[in-house]
Amino acid sequence: MTMIFGVPLAVFMGQLLLGLINGAFYALLSLGLAVIFGLLKIVNFAHGAMYMLGAFATLLGMRYLGINYWAALFLAPLAVGLFGMVIERVLLRRIGHLDHLYGLLLTFGLALIFEGSLVNFFGVSGARYPTPELLQGGYQTGFMFLPKYRAWVLLAAVVVCFATWYMIERTRLGAYLRAGTENPALMQAFGVNVPLLVTLTYGFGVALAAFAGVLAAPLYPVSPTMGSNLLIVVFAVVVIGGMGSILGAIVTGLAMGLIEGLTKVYYPEAANTVIFLVMILVLLLRPAGLFGKEA
Amino acid sequence: MTFIRKTLASSIAIATTAAMATAAQAEISDGAVRIGYLADMSGTYRDLAGPGGLEALRMAIEDFGGSVNGAPIEVFSADDRNSADVGANTVREWYDTRNVDMVAGLVASSVTIAATKVIEENGGLGIVSGSAASSITNEHCTPNHIHWVYDTYPLANGTAKAIVDQGGNSWFMLTADYAFGHALEGDVSRVVQESGGEVVGGVRHPFPTDDFSSYILQAQGSGAEIIGLANAGADTVNAINTASQFGVVEAGQQLAGLLVFLNDVYAMGLDTTQGLLLTTGWYWNMDDESREWAERYYERVGSMPTMVQAGIYSSTMHYLEAVQATGSDDAQTVREHMMRQPIHDFFARNGRIREDGRMVHDMYLARVKSPDASTHEWDLYEILTSIPAEEAYRPLSESQCKLVQN
Repeated sequence: MTMIFGVPLAVFMGQLLLGLINGAFYALLSLGLAVIFGLLKIVNFAHGAMYMLGAFATLLGMRYLGINYWAALFLAPLAVGLFGMVIERVLLRRIGHLDHLYGLLLTFGLALIFEGSLVNFFGVSGARYPTPELLQGGYQTGFMFLPKYRAWVLLAAVVVCFATWYMIERTRLGAYLRAGTENPALMQAFGVNVPLLVTLTYGFGVALAAFAGVLAAPLYPVSPTMGSNLLIVVFAVVVIGGMGSILGAIVTGLAMGLIEGLTKVYYPEAANTVIFLVMILVLLLRPAGLFGKEA
Repeated sequence: MTFIRKTLASSIAIATTAAMATAAQAEISDGAVRIGYLADMSGTYRDLAGPGGLEALRMAIEDFGGSVNGAPIEVFSADDRNSADVGANTVREWYDTRNVDMVAGLVASSVTIAATKVIEENGGLGIVSGSAASSITNEHCTPNHIHWVYDTYPLANGTAKAIVDQGGNSWFMLTADYAFGHALEGDVSRVVQESGGEVVGGVRHPFPTDDFSSYILQAQGSGAEIIGLANAGADTVNAINTASQFGVVEAGQQLAGLLVFLNDVYAMGLDTTQGLLLTTGWYWNMDDESREWAERYYERVGSMPTMVQAGIYSSTMHYLEAVQATGSDDAQTVREHMMRQPIHDFFARNGRIREDGRMVHDMYLARVKSPDASTHEWDLYEILTSIPAEEAYRPLSESQCKLVQN
């Protein structure tokens, strides 16, 4: 059997693939954070909670309203996105002129409230969401058994990530968004409704998190704490990629998934910390992040 | 100066009143029995002890009548967030500012080991109900704590032995990388080898972990017949779910959940867990006495109690009875009395506290029911056999505890 550094090739390949799938989650979540930070300069600590709400919307939608997985893929992000817009309109807007720290504290507080209230009703053991029938089972790939659902997660996440990147970097709407954050007063003078644009952007960012939540529902137990466990890692990914860099968030997300996957083979004890080691290195050598522009 | 004099004068006045009150109530220090409940109230281990355990503690106090020999029983609680530092500091604060008499709960083994050191330094008493590590009454034993519900030794003795006896000879261990996981892994490996099996590999995962796919893949690659899960709570749930996604059981491997709680089985559902063998210290539906208590608990909490929550009630009752009988809340006086009294209640059968602080009682080997065999949502286990108290736990002759003369 071919070995790579003492690990059979088959196991090695399997781990790479799994790492990539986890990386797809990191990419989706850090993309939403990067969009919100890049365009609104809000450090959105409620992002993990939005991911969790996406998963809960999926679960409760099925339990009480009979909404199936495929409908939830659209409806849950829509609902959470609208909820996010309300938060932006009612709360975040009022502190827009203050230091970033206030936005961070406010969103962190919101996250604790959402999590705490759901823990009160549902506990932390989590509930299971069934894998949609179409995606049950898996493929025998030669080096591993790949569940269909995980392949679908990778595909869906990558498509959504690159569509988002294209929209922001290559379309007219994206150009408005970028211009509106660069110089809001001037854009307003041209007749563009900048506050509306900001609300929509925040809504879109959290909808991306909710979309990741829907994808996660059949994979992990749906529990109120599922977001906070992931959020810190995702922030590290954003810092490594460069705060606010769209492409940076996507590429770094996938890359960190891979690095984490390899760590799980060679030194599993460090699997939870390896991303932070990379973050420290990046901060020392390139403080603006791998894809960030020097301020 | 006037201020200082006044404060001093009033402190003396308060102290005198307090002293008079105490004198009236025999030896119960400062006129009240104070119980501090320390547990994970919000994280991975919340549902197996957490707020439900606090409610069980309150039930015990209410059933006892709310006071001992006229001294009121006070309860306060804190969330240790599964952090040894937070847990130890909380307990230290309870001694410094709140005169805690007994520390209850104590869930994550790492927290318990740190907290019992503080309890020992302060000459207090702790009753450990949630933790699993057998080292708590072995190398980490103190004269100041008692370990109530279960530990990793009977878990291994029950589940691992039963599985090897059924022909599961080669094992791959998936271990939570901290005190409890290491203790369970050690105990299971020993039992597997003694029963004629072999541990062919293993991996230690960080605590807590959401994504087990990588570890499950390694376990599949090992070719072992049995994948032993030396973890607990949400980690076990995640590992079992991931294994079912990767078709582990269909491919011919079998999972062994070495520490599975009632709430875990409930969360995963019988479709995923049916047939799972497990060892438990108590099950709510095992007889009339258990059912009667469990139903009262269910009325208040809305879910059936785990063995830990039941154990918190049982141990608190035993403690309060000892305080009443001795008329004292002094740790050693109470502990000695507790050790002299056999324990036989809805929770413990043939129970007694040994000199190492281990409360030994009958344990049970159970199998998770199939969805067809289950008659309602909490009808989850079938009890197969009971493991007698004296066989279930580590014999004192093998003990490394400083309190045991070997």
